[in-house]
Amino acid sequence: MKKHTLSVMVENEPGVLSRVSGLFSGRGFNIYSLNVAPTLEKGVSLMTIVAEGDDQIIEQIVKQLRKLVPTIKVKDLTEMKSVEREMVLIKVNAEDSKRAEILRIVDIFRCKVVDVSVDELTIEVTGDQGKIGALTSLLTRFGIKEIARTGNVALQRSMQIDL
Amino acid sequence: MKLTGAQILLKCLEKEGVDVMFGFPGGAVIDIYDEIPKSSVEHILARHEQGAIHAADGYARATGQVGVCLVTSGPGATNTVTGIATAYMDSIPVVILTGQVPRALIGNDAFQEVDIVGITRPCTKHNYLVQDIEELAVTVKQAFYLARSGRPGPVLVDLPKDVMQQIGEFHYPETVEMRSYNPTQKPHVGQIRKVMKLLKKAKRPLIYSGGGVITSGSHEELTWLARNLRMPVTSTLMGLGAFPGDDELFLGMLGMHGTFAANMAVNNCDLLLAVGARFDDRVTGKVDTFAPKATIIHIDVDPTSIQKNVSVHVPLVADCKSALAALKVESEASLDDHDWKEDHREWVDQVQAWGKEHPLTYKDDDVVIKPQYVVEKIYEITKGDAIIATEVGQNQMWAAQFYKYTKPNTLLTSGGLGTMGFGFPAAMGAQRAFRDKLVIDIAGDGSIQMCIQEMMTVVCNKLPVKIVILNNGYLGMVRQWQELFYDKNYCETCLDAQPDFVKLAEAYGAVGFRVTEKKDVESTLREAFAVDKPVIVDIRVAREENVYPMVPAGASLTEMLLV
Ligand SMILES: Cc1ncc(C[n+]2csc(CCOP(=O)(O)OP(=O)(O)O)c2C)c(N)n1
Ligand SMILES: [Mg+2]
Repeated sequence: MKKHTLSVMVENEPGVLSRVSGLFSGRGFNIYSLNVAPTLEKGVSLMTIVAEGDDQIIEQIVKQLRKLVPTIKVKDLTEMKSVEREMVLIKVNAEDSKRAEILRIVDIFRCKVVDVSVDELTIEVTGDQGKIGALTSLLTRFGIKEIARTGNVALQRSMQIDL
Repeated sequence: MKLTGAQILLKCLEKEGVDVMFGFPGGAVIDIYDEIPKSSVEHILARHEQGAIHAADGYARATGQVGVCLVTSGPGATNTVTGIATAYMDSIPVVILTGQVPRALIGNDAFQEVDIVGITRPCTKHNYLVQDIEELAVTVKQAFYLARSGRPGPVLVDLPKDVMQQIGEFHYPETVEMRSYNPTQKPHVGQIRKVMKLLKKAKRPLIYSGGGVITSGSHEELTWLARNLRMPVTSTLMGLGAFPGDDELFLGMLGMHGTFAANMAVNNCDLLLAVGARFDDRVTGKVDTFAPKATIIHIDVDPTSIQKNVSVHVPLVADCKSALAALKVESEASLDDHDWKEDHREWVDQVQAWGKEHPLTYKDDDVVIKPQYVVEKIYEITKGDAIIATEVGQNQMWAAQFYKYTKPNTLLTSGGLGTMGFGFPAAMGAQRAFRDKLVIDIAGDGSIQMCIQEMMTVVCNKLPVKIVILNNGYLGMVRQWQELFYDKNYCETCLDAQPDFVKLAEAYGAVGFRVTEKKDVESTLREAFAVDKPVIVDIRVAREENVYPMVPAGASLTEMLLV
């Protein structure tokens, strides 16, 4: 079982999200995250779907997505060089004694504090899954109260090299 | 020219060449019904929306054209869902037009409102809610195009009542432009060459032919290849009729109720050429042991069918017709220098020997009427020149086994979904398409009661469908499973309370016959088939007869229970 990031370009028409999500639920495929927003091209939306499965299942998912009538293009970015990012908001316990240490972590990870109160900090972080995983695990011991994630967005790299 | 939505809809149907639709009116579609008398499109009033959708489906299966069904919102729409799913599973082109509440009321739980687009999303090829009269003609055009192109299927168009009343300009687009939909069709030349090479190398090739061969109209190409390259053919239920059922190379159906020869051939072939088939579990049995010695080639227009259930060695995405035509061209040159007949002689002898060793058979009886005997008689009397619809259950399997289909589009049966109640309305649709043909529904006593109300439709539309009930007083197929795998616990499968089918036929103004003795089977069938009216023939058959061969669910194809 491996996670694959799929970039799915669709006609932005009513019900298209439901067609995609219905495909996953109806066929028992696992969605890890799904992000969708319009592109610059009129009437076209881009979905970034992170799905889990063995090769045969991922192949089926890709084919089934292509089969949906409003689907314009499907790319499995895991098969190519790509940039992937997720943005996460984390509300963490931060009483006075812990605050300095949390801020040091924020510094090291080059993320931002976007809200503050007497005993809480809300942190905004953008990064790939490795960075986000590392940060959340470091913050866990302070007590994460709430977390909101956008899910991955991704694009294929223009030059197929890692920068 | 300014027209109302309802007028535009009917103009679109005329442009699509629709000559008949099957439907049932209601508040949300009165505007459409108001225009029907002024249109060239005939409307046949079913007595239940399920009857209407199956009739449109039967019309499509028999003609290869798109079938059309028109119903009202809410319950009218939900009543078509079983029929839509039936058409979807068997890739049948149908367009379903459903009424919807006025746009302003959508989402308010209005009277007879239902989200039919949401409900049918997973069982249609695609569906639409028409939001404005400006979109109407384009949407209908796309619906017909989608229904019949690529892998065909049902397409639903939901029509809000006020859109049908809106006034707009009518232009019917000449062509369809959809950047997101390009059904791949032409086979890859390299793959065709590769297949050809494998065919030349094979010593024990087998063609496994499915419904896609019929849908794509490639029965001639298939037959040519099988005969010229001397390859035996087995078929799925959906594929019956694509290759002549009386040909010496035909092994019969494969799978759960397949023949001994077909299942043995699958098990021993060194090359399996799957054409327009999808490796359904009823066909493969235990997947791991399916065609264990074979290089598998899979031709299908739908890429999702390939590598879904069985991993194949050579995938070939193309519509069957162009793929088989390309293979024909490639192999024509080989006919002079490659002795196909000699190459496959031993293999053909072997599969034919299996056929003789365990032919399809049953223990006939002098007194009791065996259901298989009835189907054989139907074949003899019609000489195979009829359209046969079936219900679901044992009747369906016997109709598949003991009648030899020699032409495509002559067997109408719910293969994928297995919908009881399908056969009779489907036969009605086929009879409307071919008024002069003999159309017979081989039925079970359970299934026939699921859409029996269409008796009224066939009577008043003078559609002389013949229903032959193999009346065993049981939900026979379920009883067979209970007998074999559930210690004969016949819970809720005994139908000893039954209507008098003869009187029932008469009550509708049709003709009824009952046969209780074997000697009367043939003469009564002949008499019934000669009547120019709808007929029910209620034949009391052996009650606990089983369908054999049978491969228990999940077992390997070689684990057949024989007669
Ligand atoms: C709508 C529907 N409900 C239930 C079933 C399950 N089922 C499959 S075969 C069968 C028995 C059908 O009985 P009958 O029509 O008398 O046919 P027989 O098997 O006796 O020939 C049933 C209940 C089904 N296929 N379709
Ligand atoms: Mg029965």
